[in-house]
Amino acid sequence: MNRSIVVSSGLHILMVIITAMSLPFLSKKPLDLPPIISVELIQITDQTSIPFAPKAKKIIEKIKEKEKKLVSEQAPPKIVKKQKPDAVPLPDEKIEKVKKIKDKKQNPEKVDNEVKQVSEFEKDNLFDPSNIAALIDKSKIETAETKQKTDKVTQDQDKKIDFAGLTLSEEDALKAQIFGCWSIPLGLPYNENLLVRIKLQLKPDGTIIRSEILDHARMNKPGQGFYKVLAESALRAIKLCQPLRVPSSGYEKWKDLQLNFDAREMLEG
Amino acid sequence: MLFRYLLLLILLLPIKAFALIEVDITRGNLSPLPIAISPLSIDEESKKNFKKILKKNNIGSEISIVVENNLKQSGLFNPLNKDAFLQKPDIANLKPRFEDWNLIKAQALVTGKVTFVDEKLRVEFRLWDVLAGKEMMALAFTTVPSNWRRVGHIITDKVYERLTGEKGYFDTRIIYVAEEGPKVRRIKKLAIMDQDGFNNKFLTLGNELVLTPRFSPTNQMVTYLSYFKNLPRVYLLDIETGMQEVVGDFPGMTFAPRFSPDGKKIIMSFAQDGNSDIYTMDLENRIVERITNHPSIDTSPSFSPDGKYICFNSDRSGYQQIYVMDSNGKNVKRISFGNGLYGTPVWSPRGDLIAFTKLHRGKFYIGVMRTDGTGERLLTENFYQEAPSWSPNGRVLIFYRETKTNSKGEGFSAKLWSIDLTGYNEKLVETKTDASDPSWSSLLSN
Repeated sequence: MNRSIVVSSGLHILMVIITAMSLPFLSKKPLDLPPIISVELIQITDQTSIPFAPKAKKIIEKIKEKEKKLVSEQAPPKIVKKQKPDAVPLPDEKIEKVKKIKDKKQNPEKVDNEVKQVSEFEKDNLFDPSNIAALIDKSKIETAETKQKTDKVTQDQDKKIDFAGLTLSEEDALKAQIFGCWSIPLGLPYNENLLVRIKLQLKPDGTIIRSEILDHARMNKPGQGFYKVLAESALRAIKLCQPLRVPSSGYEKWKDLQLNFDAREMLEG
Repeated sequence: MLFRYLLLLILLLPIKAFALIEVDITRGNLSPLPIAISPLSIDEESKKNFKKILKKNNIGSEISIVVENNLKQSGLFNPLNKDAFLQKPDIANLKPRFEDWNLIKAQALVTGKVTFVDEKLRVEFRLWDVLAGKEMMALAFTTVPSNWRRVGHIITDKVYERLTGEKGYFDTRIIYVAEEGPKVRRIKKLAIMDQDGFNNKFLTLGNELVLTPRFSPTNQMVTYLSYFKNLPRVYLLDIETGMQEVVGDFPGMTFAPRFSPDGKKIIMSFAQDGNSDIYTMDLENRIVERITNHPSIDTSPSFSPDGKYICFNSDRSGYQQIYVMDSNGKNVKRISFGNGLYGTPVWSPRGDLIAFTKLHRGKFYIGVMRTDGTGERLLTENFYQEAPSWSPNGRVLIFYRETKTNSKGEGFSAKLWSIDLTGYNEKLVETKTDASDPSWSSLLSN
């Protein structure tokens, strides 16, 4: 009996020792943990950002570099002192800045500066909270800095544009409708910069309240006959198509709409 | 201070700015533009006067038909059927009811009025944008009544230019070689006609063989080649006066004299000592200058519109190919590298393209390529066709095509054809006789 108890106890002790020896925390070997991979959860929206993808980084980096320089060059303290307390940036300055953005964003081939004209629509868009802040604060430095912020084309802004835009199917429906209405003047040269930008103000049912050619000064400039012809054909297309196939909801989002007519792809054939 | 911050806060809070949505429209339809050409209105008295002079019942309608045919021929416009018009010409001329024209899907409208003033024909016309509901252009012309077809062509040029942005090519003429008789005893006469085939006139009697007539780009002069006592002779002919002069007799095989862009020189090829090279001749002092000097056969020279370059064809690579050089003969560069043989290069008046004839696997093609040889496009293919000539706006080519006259392949017929740069709008240019070697004039009026 005693012998059995001793044997059993011995075996139990042996088992405890073996178990204890095999426990991982007792071994001093470092743990071989796999590298940590961070996973960013991204919600896939209805829209793609294909047009921005290849060149966006470079453009944004360039803009950032330029703006760094601009900020450092601007607002020297002496000028601040001389500045009148209620100074407001002149409209011309605003227009120039808007032009810069436009050039970089969607009209890479430069449009002649002499004929480039900003529309009333664009002037409306110049409204910017930072300018009010500048008015109140009466500081030229702050005005310059905040203006720079709003003028930047950053990735964040691009994202905002994507979210605020039409969905792919909504955009496709609109495009398909206008494709059918637009008779491209076949005599136009394919190798000239003939981008016609038309800004529309729409009613909820898609009828047009107002249409405006953004570079309308170019229409009557000598030597711009092709541009005029294309612009007129684009206006005809819009009129022929109305009411436009706009989404049934989100009127605030698309009540102002810009159509960029570019026939080069078709003319080059 | 606190008040200011509050004001700032209030102003900032309600702003919910949406970024402007931009939609890129990169496609459209390539169907011709629907256009309504209302017959030009005419009062009864003018109608009677014109009937006496021109033997036409309604000259207003006749002019509008000229415009309509021209626009249709261009392939860029679709003139609508007059039966569908809701508004009468006399009222439409005053103020069109755009809704009526919109209803028949017209996007542009031409209206006008013809009057008989001091023995002359006066035409007023207007072009309207139907969708925008506005006038795009208004012009008036006065001319002798016999010029009524030209008035139609000029109106077409104006409408074409206003709606396409490029100059028209309707108020122009075509000179060509009219051919009659069997192939072995062919009679060849020099003939001229309006670009639509009307007002055909023969300029020579057909006693001598005539070849390769070419219009001057600056005036109504023509240079052509004729054989006199079996020797090639280059002539200059003034279309307006009918005056003709011999530029010179040249040895051996002489080919295709053509004007320089300023009209002061002619460029051609002829064979001296059995070697065909390119030469220019100053028309004022008749001095001949040699441009190429190569043992190969160099022919068919054509100047670029700025006069700085010459394209020509040569077999210096072993096969007939197209080359470009400076106007002094330096920097010769081969530009055609495709399969087959290339010939008759002609530089476009716009300067951007060179038209050519290509022979490949027994078929002839008319094509165009950029001046550096890239972007070759073959516009039309046939059993035998050659000699393209550009319209003055560089958009349309006219050439001649020989076809078999019966199914057994016997007999042949040569006719003029035109094709535009899209390659889709190919049309037969009607001539009374067989025709070859066409050359397009510049615009008669600007």
